[in-house]
Amino acid sequence: MELADLYRDVILDHNRNPRNFGPLAGASADVEGFNPLCGDRLKLHLRLVGERVEDIRFEGQGCAISTASASLMTESVRGRTRAEALALFERVHALLTDDAAEVDESLGKLAALSGVREFPARVKCASLCWHTLASALKAPAPQSLAAVSTE
Amino acid sequence: MSDTARAARAAAKTPAPFDVEAIRREFPVLARSVHGHRLAYLDNGASSQSPNAVIDAVDDYVRRHHSNIHRGVHALSQEATSLYEDSRDRLVRFINAASRSEIVLLRGTTEAVNLVAQSYARPLLRAGDEILITHLEHHANIVPWQMVCAQTGAKLVVAPIDARGEVDAAAVEALMSPRTRLLACAHVSNALGTVLPVARLVASARARGIATLIDGAQAIAHMPVDVRALGCDFYAFSGHKMFAPTGIGVLYGREELLERMPPWQGGGDMIRTVSFAGTTYNALPHKFEAGTPNIGGTVGLGAAVGYLESLDLPAAHAHESALLAHAHAALGAIPGLSVIGTARDKAALVSFVVDGVHPHDLGTILDGDGIAVRTGHHCAMPVMEFFRVPATARASFAFYNTFGEIDRLAASVERARRLFGRGGG
Repeated sequence: MELADLYRDVILDHNRNPRNFGPLAGASADVEGFNPLCGDRLKLHLRLVGERVEDIRFEGQGCAISTASASLMTESVRGRTRAEALALFERVHALLTDDAAEVDESLGKLAALSGVREFPARVKCASLCWHTLASALKAPAPQSLAAVSTE
Repeated sequence: MSDTARAARAAAKTPAPFDVEAIRREFPVLARSVHGHRLAYLDNGASSQSPNAVIDAVDDYVRRHHSNIHRGVHALSQEATSLYEDSRDRLVRFINAASRSEIVLLRGTTEAVNLVAQSYARPLLRAGDEILITHLEHHANIVPWQMVCAQTGAKLVVAPIDARGEVDAAAVEALMSPRTRLLACAHVSNALGTVLPVARLVASARARGIATLIDGAQAIAHMPVDVRALGCDFYAFSGHKMFAPTGIGVLYGREELLERMPPWQGGGDMIRTVSFAGTTYNALPHKFEAGTPNIGGTVGLGAAVGYLESLDLPAAHAHESALLAHAHAALGAIPGLSVIGTARDKAALVSFVVDGVHPHDLGTILDGDGIAVRTGHHCAMPVMEFFRVPATARASFAFYNTFGEIDRLAASVERARRLFGRGGG
């Protein structure tokens, strides 16, 4: 177990300076994610135009892992189609939970999240925003979704 | 336990200077390392570690005496029964209950509160009646009352805390109304460490004919508890916070009240006779102990009581107070660190937050240094809301902790602050 592997520079940077943080005017979906174990709450704002994630921002208060994961997620799914974003969700989910999942360059900065899988107690911190995104993208009417819970 | 062992235990009661290293040698887990560092176990408020006396008693029970109790005429069943009931006797003495009838063995504090809610309060409550609690209660002393209120139409009334995390007795008294049927409050707050003015609150409640339940989970291992001097109707605590195994705990109830209460679960052991025409119930305390109980856990709890009685408890408690003062000083020197819960009368735990460092990241960094603390909302979400924090880190001490462990805690917190802090600090 290496702490430096969990708290890589990319994670620390996105925690200190989260990207795409704040409300989103004209959002087509505002979905809440909740981790009842730690009390962390996250709000994800999405503007979907057709099949495309035109814009995405987030708000909330969480640990460094959850803040950085959400910040990295907004950067990597903005401009992607619904199908591409869901495929990315599957890859990140595998990255966080499956020791055999490969970390390749196509993941870009998201590869920084691979250190989390060595810390089982922290996997939900990193996956909360991704589950929230996936629920929003899979829901027929995301605006009326109940809060997404990690439990 | 044999007479010679009992005599040895009595002899061991002779006070000696408090030797923390000698105490630590009795707790095998304290010698282990975590992530390459010697374990600093500062999560005693969640669950405390067991000394050899407890481990050996449980081991001996399983290896030599295990059987079901109150049933067989064979030797093992009789031995198991006497070990089980001997633990109850020790508990009677330990908290100064009036008799064995007043010690109900349950899974823990949570089950004890639920029993009182369902068996004492529910038949008594009418719509508009009130249950009085405080703002700093653990969820286990909130939710069972919300459930019984929903069942009966009674109302939950919550007494305030102040910015220190103290409960002002006068403010609680002001909320005692002619409709108040029960006051349920913590002896010590698990999230803040506040010691509540329970003696005064119980006396005020009694004077108004209000029944009282004290959640003693965080108090029982850290201060003397004398239920009859306190005068409460119910007192609940858990074994695993007083160096015994998990899954065993105690509801003390005044016999007069327990006698009037209906059974809470039906099954074996709680009956006298059963026929399809009807059933008569067993005498106290067995009326509330349906089914085969946690015999091994009870044996462990009895051994934990024996262990505690063998110590110089005033010296142990004084050591805990010194640990608390040292922790306040060491943590207080860290820039950006705020202690949550600064009651003047406080048990040996410190809840805190650090600017720019989320408690869960702090918990992970501390764990990397071999230091175990609790991070989260501590099953006291209303307390977190009151102090406007999502969570805190909590270091909670037992008499086996050392000043050196607290210094390691402070150094590790400082390292985390530098790692996460904006501008590097």
